[in-house]
Amino acid sequence: MRDVCVVGVGMSQWGEVWRKSLRQLFVDAALEAIDNSGVDHLDSLYVGCMSSGLFVGQEHLGALMADYLGMPGLPAARVESACASGGLAVRQAFIEVACGISEIVMASGVEKMTDCSGSDATFALATAADQEYEVFNGATFPGLYAMMAHAHMDKYGTTREMLSAVSVKNHKNGAKNPAAQYPFEVKPEQVAKSVMIADPLRILDCSPITDGAAAVIVTSVDVAKKLGKPYIKVLGSGAATDYMQLAQRADMTKINSATLAAERALKMAGKTIKDVQFAEVHDCFTIAEIVLLESIGLYEPGRAGPATLAGETALDSKFPVNSSGGLKSKGHPVGATGVAQVVEVYKQLTGQAENGRQIPDSPRIGMTQNMGGSGASSVVHIMEVA
Amino acid sequence: MAGIVGYGAHLPRHRIKVEEIAKVWGADAPSYKRGLMLREKSVPPPDMDTITLSVEAAKNALKRAGNIDPADIGAIYIGSESHPYAVKPSGTTVAEAIGATPDIHCADFEFACKAGSEGMFVALSHIDSNAMKYALAIAADTSQGAPSDALEFSAAAGAAAFIMGKDNLVAECLYTHSYMTDMPDFWRREHQFYPQHGGRFTGEEAYFAHTKGATKAIFKKAGMKPKDFAYAVFHQPNGKFPQRVAFELGFTQEQIDPGWLAPTLGNTYSGASPIGLTATLDVAQPGDMILMCSYGSGAGSDAFIWKVTERINEVRDKAVRTRKLLDENLIYVDYGTYAKFRRKIRKND
Repeated sequence: MRDVCVVGVGMSQWGEVWRKSLRQLFVDAALEAIDNSGVDHLDSLYVGCMSSGLFVGQEHLGALMADYLGMPGLPAARVESACASGGLAVRQAFIEVACGISEIVMASGVEKMTDCSGSDATFALATAADQEYEVFNGATFPGLYAMMAHAHMDKYGTTREMLSAVSVKNHKNGAKNPAAQYPFEVKPEQVAKSVMIADPLRILDCSPITDGAAAVIVTSVDVAKKLGKPYIKVLGSGAATDYMQLAQRADMTKINSATLAAERALKMAGKTIKDVQFAEVHDCFTIAEIVLLESIGLYEPGRAGPATLAGETALDSKFPVNSSGGLKSKGHPVGATGVAQVVEVYKQLTGQAENGRQIPDSPRIGMTQNMGGSGASSVVHIMEVA
Repeated sequence: MAGIVGYGAHLPRHRIKVEEIAKVWGADAPSYKRGLMLREKSVPPPDMDTITLSVEAAKNALKRAGNIDPADIGAIYIGSESHPYAVKPSGTTVAEAIGATPDIHCADFEFACKAGSEGMFVALSHIDSNAMKYALAIAADTSQGAPSDALEFSAAAGAAAFIMGKDNLVAECLYTHSYMTDMPDFWRREHQFYPQHGGRFTGEEAYFAHTKGATKAIFKKAGMKPKDFAYAVFHQPNGKFPQRVAFELGFTQEQIDPGWLAPTLGNTYSGASPIGLTATLDVAQPGDMILMCSYGSGAGSDAFIWKVTERINEVRDKAVRTRKLLDENLIYVDYGTYAKFRRKIRKND
């Protein structure tokens, strides 16, 4: 297996992008990644997308996106693992380059979520849960994560203030991100008093519905060197699954797929979690970030909440988490999120984070953790300065 | 130059508070009150519909028009989303009730919430072309909002009527501008009880884009700026939208205050900006310039620049003022009564 790099990243506009379609969002991100990398062709394309069929009635995205990128004939495939589709697209591109089948592969993700009604979007998202045992009985994602939050509060004494601290931190970071859907700061009391969605989760605990796309160029070290553009090395890639139903998991306060994916990625990288200096994690809800920081081994169970409240995961603190603003502030176009996490790590490691969002002291190793559904799938990547 | 000879409004006395609706549906009343700037809305009782509201508003307009002969009214246009009949005009009944038949042209207008201003636009054209002495334009609605939908917190009832003519004007119409694109933001198909809408899309791409489009175009036509106006009236689907669009265009709260009725009236759909104009005329002084800009989903805006004349002081109290209709002699109803009034409860015949 040979070394793999990311060279060149791109993002479309994120938000309620009513004037751009699914394919146009993709093309915007893809062209930016191509321009930034300087590549003159692609050998293949992966498109991460969760549910374009339900959101806009369009499937067969591999061919469609290759076509609209002006590259008919290109080998292209859509990959899907619910909200981890983007992370999985990066992983597939990594595998294809690592094993030597291709030299230059685009990993992309896209989702167009605001063309349908809120209830249709909620239905589409809920297909990432177990339709027969969870959704049929009335569960929604806010409901499932609310149960996880209650379990975590009961077991470890996690508090409202700790949940709010996640939202406050991520909005503070997102306020500096020109790509963010909600680039503004929020105060803890605003989070605590925002509209209730599923007790204890309030609207400012929840990531939004977003239109957007992201793309990265994955290639070999040889190609990256020749291109002469800033690049980073992908040291490790890990993926894992877990029981689909929350009810079947032994402990609702952990996300086992994240633990396994992180262990596998770190093992491949020859690193431990202590070597990692910052991370983008899948904060679809504030409780998710707390649970994930414990599940990837950064904190002992029950410690991530107090640590967040103490500011340990802030941009200028000892382990910055979600410097991009995370899903909460930057937005969550589900299929694009995992790719956008890599975009952020690329920017941080190459010193290109905008508007004072750069993590101090030039970090050398960063992690992305992207998750599907209530944690039934997870993809982790470890990246290092080249 | 064509303009308004007489104007009048009519509103139901009944009101329902946002809290009362929110209580039934488990909604968060403070967030609706804060987010949409709505406190209560008008509710039409069972014996009130677009036709009866129109008759009352037209009678008030006739009072302010002075001694005109209703038979001299050459056209009657009623704009509404809630004409009682699908086939058969509202205007015939209203024209008959005010004694304007039979030598009169009649049409019911439909363009979501700008149906009323469309009628005003066409009525002014008849006067400008000397086709008739007077033309009556009425904006009236008993608006529909599906139970538990965000629209239910705003959908209200009311009417405004304007008799257009050339002589004895209350306000002269200096400029008009219509602005329209094909925009699926809010719709109701035939046989459906309630409209559907595209959530926030109805704001940015629809309401704000068209309201600003029409207003900026009429500014250009007239060579005028916000500070040239004493008052401005915008379509008001809630309290927040007209305030935001006013501020973004450069108007102040003082300029919109007289016609900013939605916080306690709700959204009277076709009636919204025309009723706001009646409330503004009620307090305007001779020489004042007033901007009015409607918005109708689908989508478009009609903008008008009015110049108030000396005659305003003479006529404003010849009929009831709109703020009095809005603020006085109110009857608050609970959700059950409201549901009965709005025929939301199905009975056997």
